[in-house]
Amino acid sequence: MLNCREVTRLLSESQERTLGLSERLSLKVHVLICSGCRNFGKQMDALRQITRAYVKGANERQDKPDD
Amino acid sequence: MSQGETMPEVVRSAASESSSLLADTGFLESLRRQMLKFATLQLSDANLAEDAVQEALIGALRNARTFAGRAALKTWVFAILKNKIADILRQKQRTIDASSLLREDEEEEDFSSLFNQKGFWQADQRPGAWPHPEEALREGEFWLVFETCLENLPGNQARVFMMREFVELDSQEICETVGLSISNLHVMLHRARLRLRECLEDRWFLAGEQPC
Repeated sequence: MLNCREVTRLLSESQERTLGLSERLSLKVHVLICSGCRNFGKQMDALRQITRAYVKGANERQDKPDD
Repeated sequence: MSQGETMPEVVRSAASESSSLLADTGFLESLRRQMLKFATLQLSDANLAEDAVQEALIGALRNARTFAGRAALKTWVFAILKNKIADILRQKQRTIDASSLLREDEEEEDFSSLFNQKGFWQADQRPGAWPHPEEALREGEFWLVFETCLENLPGNQARVFMMREFVELDSQEICETVGLSISNLHVMLHRARLRLRECLEDRWFLAGEQPC
């Protein structure tokens, strides 16, 4: 069974590559019982959403919106 | 405001010749500043960043009349800038000394504060649930925290993270550019994300109960 360190590594890697079936199953089983890693997984998606927003629109932040 | 002294000559004259968008030097200067920050974070070289920004800005302003408003121009200009940065990063092949990228001892030290000996979360380090992360995107304050957290990453971690997430290079491209193995890259991105999420959680998402 994977530990949290390994699980977070896989969750991070899933942002770069498609995980294999056994990797996905191991993850699934782990996050069922581990709220920390479950949250970590959601945060990986949030982080990507944040970085995309930063590049795309966050630069609006210093200005008033268009008239 | 007078931006004349900091606005490059070529941009100023391009700006003066057409629409109100371009005549708005306050807007252009603020845009330039944001672009510079963005480029400097990623290139960690002020001169390269300045060049990339000027090229991108001039390129975009050449077509500025076709843009309906500030937001459209910004999106466009940042798209150009991202491409410029990607080109520059590709040219800077292998300028990172691979041995400096991963110092194993530091690595272990880092992880041991997060995970116990069996590799499970230390009780006080376990990630919490972030309430409504999408709402943070609309908060000006949040972006300041985000930038601080990025700046707190070790330089090489920040660099590969930004190549991956901002410039959107794939693993293969990053590895070729900086001369890393795929598995080293994955380790670095893992560490960067662990740090970044911890920083965002501590400073924003679960930072006390007081309203921001």
